[in-house]
This record gives sequence, structure tokens and C-alpha cells, in this order.
Amino acid sequence: MEISNTESIPGRTIVQFYGVVTGNTVRAKHIGRDIMAGLKNIVGGELVGYTELLQDSRKEATDRMLEQARSMGANAVVNVRFATSSIAQGAAELFAYGTAVRVE
Amino acid sequence: METGFLQSLELILNYGMPLILLMVAYFIGTWIERRHFRSIRERESENAGFPVVSFDTMPDDWGASSSTLVSGSVVVSLDYFKRVIAGLRSLVGGRIKTYEPLLDRARRESMLRMIESARRDGYDAIFNVRLETSRLANSRGDGKGTAGVEMLAFGTAVKFASRFARTP
Repeated sequence: MEISNTESIPGRTIVQFYGVVTGNTVRAKHIGRDIMAGLKNIVGGELVGYTELLQDSRKEATDRMLEQARSMGANAVVNVRFATSSIAQGAAELFAYGTAVRVE
Repeated sequence: METGFLQSLELILNYGMPLILLMVAYFIGTWIERRHFRSIRERESENAGFPVVSFDTMPDDWGASSSTLVSGSVVVSLDYFKRVIAGLRSLVGGRIKTYEPLLDRARRESMLRMIESARRDGYDAIFNVRLETSRLANSRGDGKGTAGVEMLAFGTAVKFASRFARTP
């Protein structure tokens, strides 16, 4: 499965469009991470637990998007975009979308 | 005598603790920031020869053989000292200098992580780099407080068809 955030796959030509594919995941932080982050908020710096949480979530959203594209018969997803929205206290939605295409 | 002692103890507990916290936050926060900037500068000079561009189309002379999406991200938090200073600043308005280096180093760190992940997988260059910033609200209830700020850098990494395709 090819994936890019540009309008084409470098070195390949698009032969068919399948439409927009999306993938999302909603995650809540767990309390342990929140407590650690609370402590880290005193001295500042990277919140490693949150970085990992968001990376995992973004990967899952991307995987779901790719899965949807694969089920349509596409072999690439182009023009991928990410979006984040906080929907409730301590919960966030990570969302990935792109255009499923067939490239040759 | 007894009440005087208790009163002074109360005074210390009420005003001393935030003050100590402020000083600890200031010194450790500054130390962490310096160390981080040093690491960023070192890694940026290591990766100086790696082409990273924000054009949305690939430069013609790159001749890519394969490509993929790469990303790097980091969540940073504001230290207590910086938050207090920013709080004071927002009374009079103007430039909040304490926040600027924080966002700057987070953004550069996310870029470096993206570059390092591309190099690890054997890619030669990255184009169409995009940077995004989002705020993580804390779970205190009002949704107003900030638990951290996430910086995300992503782009399309390519492998060159020939090693000599790249212009110096």
C-alpha cells in the first residue's frame, strides 16, 4: 500500500480514483499518564506518555484508512491529511483522510 | 509565642510553597530547555545534508523510485514558572517571551523526529512537509487548562532511483 500527502505518488501515474477514505480513533488518556503529566507540568518539557499515545492513535487511524482503501480495491492513498479534535474531557479524536487511488 | 510560631508556619505554607515551586520550576525548566536546545542543534547539524522541502510537488531532478508518508511528533508542556509569567503578561498584553522557545524547540524536535525516521528507513529526501499544532486540554473539567501542546510534522519521503540524481 503506497501512501503520501501529495497529490500523486512520486514516479507513478494514477489510473483510477476510488474516492475519499477515512479512518478515526477516539482515545482517552489514562489516569496514570495524567498524574505523570501533572507532575511534568511543574518543570515543563516533553510529555512522553502523551507523545506515544498520540503516535499510536494516529497510526491506528491511518491503518483504518488504509484498510478501507484496500477493501475498495485501491493500492494507494494520496493527499493524506490529519485532524485532531477534542470531543470530551480527556478524550480526543484522531482522524486521517485521503483519496484512494490505483497507481501504476 | 506559640501562636506566633503557628502563624509564621502558616505564612510559610501559604506563600512559601508556591515560591519554592516557582524556583524549582524555573531552575529545572531552564536546565531542561538548555539541554534540549543543545541536542536539537547537534542533531540539526548532523542532518544538515538531508534535503527537506515544503514544496507540494517533487523537484524534477529527484527521480524517485519509492515513497512513503513519514511523520514525527512531540507533546510538550509549559512549566509552572512560564505559566505564571504568561499569566502576568496577559494582564498587560504583549509578547510572551517565555512561550516562544518552548514552541520553537517542540517544532524543531518534531521535524528532527520525522527526518530521523525517514533516514532510519533508508529514504533520501522529504518533500511537501507540513507542520501542525494542536492543544491538548487537561481533564480538570472546565476544558480550559492546557495539558500540553502537540507539534506534528509530516511529509512524503522518497528514495532516489540513482544516488547521483540529487543536485548538490
